[in-house]
Amino acid sequence: MNRGAAVEGRTVTVSIDGRPVEVEEGSTIREACVAAGVEVPTLCYLENLAPVNVCRVCVVELEGSRALVPSCSRKVEPGMQVRTDSPRVRQSRRMVLELLASATDLSAAGEEVHRWIEAYGAEPDRWGEPAPYTADAPTPGSAVTLEQPVKVDNPLYVRDYSRCILCYKCVEACGDQAQFTFAIAVAGRGFDAHISTEYDVKLPESACVYCGNCIGVCPTGALMFRSEYEMREAGTWDPQRQTVTDTICPYCGVGCTLELHVQDNRIVKVTSPLDREVTRGHLCVKGRFGFEFVQDRGSATP
Amino acid sequence: MFGAGGGTSSYREIEETDLIILWGSNARETHPIFYHHVLRGVKNGARLYVVDPRRTASAEWAHLWLGLDVGTDIALANAVGREIIHAGLVNWQFVERATTGFEKYREAVEPYTLEWAEKVTGVPAWAIRQLAHDYARADRAELCWTLGITEHHNAVDNVFALINLALLTGHVGRYGSGLNPLRGQNNVQGGGDMGALPNKLPGFQDIEEDAAARARFEAAWGCTIQPKRGMHISQMFEAMASGNLRGLLVIGENPAQSEADAGRAARLLSQLDHLIVQDIFLTKTAELAEVVLPATASWAETEGTVTSSERRVQRVHRALVPPEGARDDIEILTELARRMGHDWGHLTAEQIWDECRSLSPMHRGMRYDRLEAMGGIQWPCPSEDHPGTPFLHGRLWKDPVEGPLAPFQPVQYEPPVDALSDEYPIRLTTGRRLEAYNTGVQSGRYHPPLAKGEHLHLAPEDMRALGLQEEERVRVVSRRGALEVPVHQDPALRPGLAFLSFHYPDQVNTNLLTVDRWDPKSGTAEFKATAIRVEKLAVPAQPAQDVQTMEVPT
Amino acid sequence: MMTETQNPMEMEPTASERTVIDAILGSAGAGNGAARTAEGLRVAVQPERPHGRDRLLPVLLALQERIGWVSPAALGEVARRLRLPYAEAYGVASFYALLHLEAASPAVVHICDDLACQQAGAGRLIEACEREWGPEGAGEGERAVAWHRSPCLGRCAEGPAVFVQRSGASSFGLGAVETPATVMQSLEEGPRPESLPFIYRTDRHPQPLTERMGRLDPTSLDAYRAAGGYSGLRRALALGREGVLRELKEARLLGRGGAAFPTAAKWEAVAKSPDLPRYVVLNADESEPGTFKDRLLLEQDPYAVLEGLTIAGWTVGASKGYIFLRGEYPLARARLETAIATLRERGYLGESVLGEPFAFDVEVRSGGGAYVCGEETALFNAIEGKRGEPRNKPPFPTVHGLFGRPTAVNNVETIANVPVILRLGAAAYTSLGTADSTGTRLFCVSGAVGRPGLFEVPFGTTLGELLQAAGGLRPGRSLKAILLGGAAGSFVGADSLDLPLSFAAVRTRGATLGSGAVIVFDDASDLREAVRRIARFFRQESCGQCVPCRVGTERQWELVERVVAGRPLTSWHEERERHRDLAAVMRDASICGLGQTAANAIESAWALGFLGEGEAVQ
Repeated sequence: MNRGAAVEGRTVTVSIDGRPVEVEEGSTIREACVAAGVEVPTLCYLENLAPVNVCRVCVVELEGSRALVPSCSRKVEPGMQVRTDSPRVRQSRRMVLELLASATDLSAAGEEVHRWIEAYGAEPDRWGEPAPYTADAPTPGSAVTLEQPVKVDNPLYVRDYSRCILCYKCVEACGDQAQFTFAIAVAGRGFDAHISTEYDVKLPESACVYCGNCIGVCPTGALMFRSEYEMREAGTWDPQRQTVTDTICPYCGVGCTLELHVQDNRIVKVTSPLDREVTRGHLCVKGRFGFEFVQDRGSATP
Repeated sequence: MFGAGGGTSSYREIEETDLIILWGSNARETHPIFYHHVLRGVKNGARLYVVDPRRTASAEWAHLWLGLDVGTDIALANAVGREIIHAGLVNWQFVERATTGFEKYREAVEPYTLEWAEKVTGVPAWAIRQLAHDYARADRAELCWTLGITEHHNAVDNVFALINLALLTGHVGRYGSGLNPLRGQNNVQGGGDMGALPNKLPGFQDIEEDAAARARFEAAWGCTIQPKRGMHISQMFEAMASGNLRGLLVIGENPAQSEADAGRAARLLSQLDHLIVQDIFLTKTAELAEVVLPATASWAETEGTVTSSERRVQRVHRALVPPEGARDDIEILTELARRMGHDWGHLTAEQIWDECRSLSPMHRGMRYDRLEAMGGIQWPCPSEDHPGTPFLHGRLWKDPVEGPLAPFQPVQYEPPVDALSDEYPIRLTTGRRLEAYNTGVQSGRYHPPLAKGEHLHLAPEDMRALGLQEEERVRVVSRRGALEVPVHQDPALRPGLAFLSFHYPDQVNTNLLTVDRWDPKSGTAEFKATAIRVEKLAVPAQPAQDVQTMEVPT
Repeated sequence: MMTETQNPMEMEPTASERTVIDAILGSAGAGNGAARTAEGLRVAVQPERPHGRDRLLPVLLALQERIGWVSPAALGEVARRLRLPYAEAYGVASFYALLHLEAASPAVVHICDDLACQQAGAGRLIEACEREWGPEGAGEGERAVAWHRSPCLGRCAEGPAVFVQRSGASSFGLGAVETPATVMQSLEEGPRPESLPFIYRTDRHPQPLTERMGRLDPTSLDAYRAAGGYSGLRRALALGREGVLRELKEARLLGRGGAAFPTAAKWEAVAKSPDLPRYVVLNADESEPGTFKDRLLLEQDPYAVLEGLTIAGWTVGASKGYIFLRGEYPLARARLETAIATLRERGYLGESVLGEPFAFDVEVRSGGGAYVCGEETALFNAIEGKRGEPRNKPPFPTVHGLFGRPTAVNNVETIANVPVILRLGAAAYTSLGTADSTGTRLFCVSGAVGRPGLFEVPFGTTLGELLQAAGGLRPGRSLKAILLGGAAGSFVGADSLDLPLSFAAVRTRGATLGSGAVIVFDDASDLREAVRRIARFFRQESCGQCVPCRVGTERQWELVERVVAGRPLTSWHEERERHRDLAAVMRDASICGLGQTAANAIESAWALGFLGEGEAVQ
């Protein structure tokens, strides 16, 4: 998708941790790593979005480069010598995970995130006593987090920015990577940077059209279906008991693949697979949320 | 298009074309994910043209929006065609080798000058000229349409007028160039694929003209198939009115609310000897039925396939256990057959699909496991090693052309049936909103903040002229009916143009107003062009429920 | 401010807001074809807008200046007119500290409490302002005067400095502000005339960059020409592009912005790019604490800078130059605008520069108050109307710069050297300075010295000689430390007076010349306060894009605060380790130079023993 003007079929050989890997021209270092069977942790990268390279957890050491480079966006060049497991790389990845975990509630993030935190030895607790978000001078000994009230301003989804790692994915998905609605943007700067509507108005007053594509790309559960949120609050959310079934949206004739997440014979969430050409993981409000009509029909006997 | 009915291009091509025309389509709201592909195309550098009476959310993205008068599409299209011819922009290589009937077409469009078209359509001549030139000059161009073209009394003529433009310019049968009707409803394409058309057997095999196909089906089914087309839905209502049709099985449709002139439709349905409705809900139509057969939701409670607007056959799966008493459509139909003396046994969706594959050449290669693995396959897919067909009619570019040549179909402009007059001076057009769907049977059960209840959209100028405030209730009167509805000021409209959706029939039964004149070729009614007047209410309004069933002599 | 029912999209801008917007974006009728005319209701043409969005920051700054804040209605109107999503426009507006998104006081006073002004008594001024005007920021919109602490305002030799934003009138800066009354007087009677800080003069070596400062009328092109001005451009036009590149190469000119990159190589890369158009950009977003040289060059010698920029345009084949000027420098803006107008009138800018087949013009763009925009790619984004977030490199600006085009971006001092080189010739130029660092360097000396000011000395001058020129320490004081290169630089100890100030020599001590800031601390200075200020500075100026910098600068601030308060977490040793970890990830994994250098000064403070157990300064 974002391969630039690469000539099809032309390949480039790079060295990943000392092993030569041949990949298509225009590939990224991350893709070369995957081809070499090396796992690269990523948070802000997603295959259906252009890389924004902001989380920096995918950094690798590139010979000749002073700083580490983000493997998600850096294109391969012939002869590159890449190290994915050097002390500097491990240190940076550990610190990125540690800093994020010290500031953000990652409890609803994917299990791989917790695996990486463990594997890289991140110790988010060593930065002080977690304290709610403030822009003011810190109280000595406290580690300011993004803890803040959950935004519940519409019936379809909630925004819990205590969980936000500012990966920009929701902004990209709402913007020119998928939906082109541009209802949200990054506002403020530094540690105060946050995802916001204009003047922080509530979603129903914003340009939001509730496609939920931001939820679809959110890696930490900061954006969540209302149904999931309420079940989590009630303690009934149980992914172990959920099935995920592919089907086709019942609304217009475009033919979007839906993944129905079902728990106790109820649809609790709808997503779309990233690798389907029709949707690339993105849906509209009807496909994402318009499933209620099959629920609660009770007995169909007239 | 020329033969099997289906969009000729893939969505992917929309992203890689040079020019996109959306004609009578507000895809931003009605086909949002298709519109993602359009916007990617625009981002990649394609120019976007939107032809629509309203300056819709789709038109907001257009490089050029042409706001024609409702129902003047043929006038516009023929003028575009004439301009292409006169400007010397005809793709002769294509026209001479791959088409027939150009001369007749040329003669037919000759009176459609830009100046004449400007008067009839309201679109400035320069804009028509620009559309003609840019479309003709584009290396690749996709022409897409929806119900703005087909919900007219001359729907098929409208479609022909657009196809003619593609033939003139060679914008069909190549990667990135094609003709794409966007299907309004899930599996409308699949219904056509499966022969749910008056004159087709599955796979678009003609029941009247294709004797060989008929023979294959007769052999497989062990019965005789009459070489005689059936009725389309508008003809069925005609037959109900004349008393020739006395019994009806309705599967998953709500014609009591979705048909034009809904008052009349409901009356005719209730006068039937026997009405059976097979649905997942007790719809307004079901309420009129003698027998209601509770069905399962095809997309979440059963196995099967659907076909999308890009001819992609895709699997649907059972994710939910249906409610007690609801039965799979297959089970209901086989049970009905058994009661009628035909025991088809217990059939799975896959067994039925395999029979279809054996009889429909275009579906032959689409084994269930292939559909799963490939994320759907685009027809035609004639064999089990065939990858499917991303775009149709590549044959027209072969030398020599394979199969029949593509005929020009000259058509003439006719104004909408429901003429404007002093008494009914405002043109009402109907359509969908992003968050809702059809008569709201499905979409009425979730609650997006976008859903603000039905409003009559009026141009700011008309609001002022009528002395109306936002949210003020008005009475809307057509030659067939009347209703009350609050108004909303909509800058997408120009004076004299109004808009209503038909999503909330229990609140505002829009189709009480619409005209039931339908296209003889397709059976589609002219939902898009109704003449109305808007009356300011002198006294505080009555609740809508009291009014909507009232029929007004006009 | 927003009530629950107000939908800003539906609010209408006021007549005066409209006037401001129209002045920059044209009247409302132009734009997106939404006009409800007979034709507008039938057809809409989307205007082509390759660069339309780049009007965003100018119109927001104009609203700020004329109206006093950027109201939701005004921002909504601007977004509509630029066909920009409202949320995105808000995201941009909220990035820049000089834009107020809530109703502001008619006068908003930014008081510099940064490293130099801190030593010049900013703390006392702040206390007095708090007594006079109430707590920082409080009652904004209701009080006549509100005040905020500010990072460095570029008046380090004349502290304490303030910068005053007025509603409906142009903003202004003031140096040597002792009391709130000084500010009130300027508000009532108009800003007092600009005074010059001390500018070092000597006969021992040429001072080509400062020789005209304060001696010529900075608004007079004739005066500049009489002093030899524009002979550099004439020589450049005569030499041709290759000739200029050769001259610069031989002069071994290195960039003065901090990275010390060879200017000729940069220009050559742009000149050879097949992509068109190309741009030249002057990075005049001087914000490094302790630095004010660019401001003085622009205010006192604008023609020299514009001559250099024109030579840059000629050499790389650009017909458009942008000057991205720090928003807090209104006088520099006025001087530049005057100079540009004169140059256009006299044929030095425009369709045909000096009658040659070379078109070149210059546009000044003001910043909105964001240190990070001094980073070249963040600067491009700011000009383009985006958040000033640095871009990942590669691609480099020479290939993919402003508006995605090949761009030569240079610091003001670098550009000011270009006419000098062409006038003197490379040989004479390289006779100044050292082998690796040719020519002279501008040093901004502030803090605990007798004569803070601007010092132009040849590279290789020692730190001790520089301090000597600056009047040495105050009587009875002893040297504690020197911060070289501002907040992004590092402290060197009292034993560094023998250090020759050249790029190479300084690098051997693990330090940097950076922006040329030299802030001197003596035994009466509070180094802990300085370190706290640096930590707070980066916490407030990080753009927030990448994790190492966004969270790292917050954690660094917290760490410094508790260490300075004598309340380490767990142990002093572990605090030191924590900071090492922060420094490593910020240096290695941040996107841009801001994050990569945000721990440097504090690292050096640890190393010199100014932080931690038994701090040397206590």
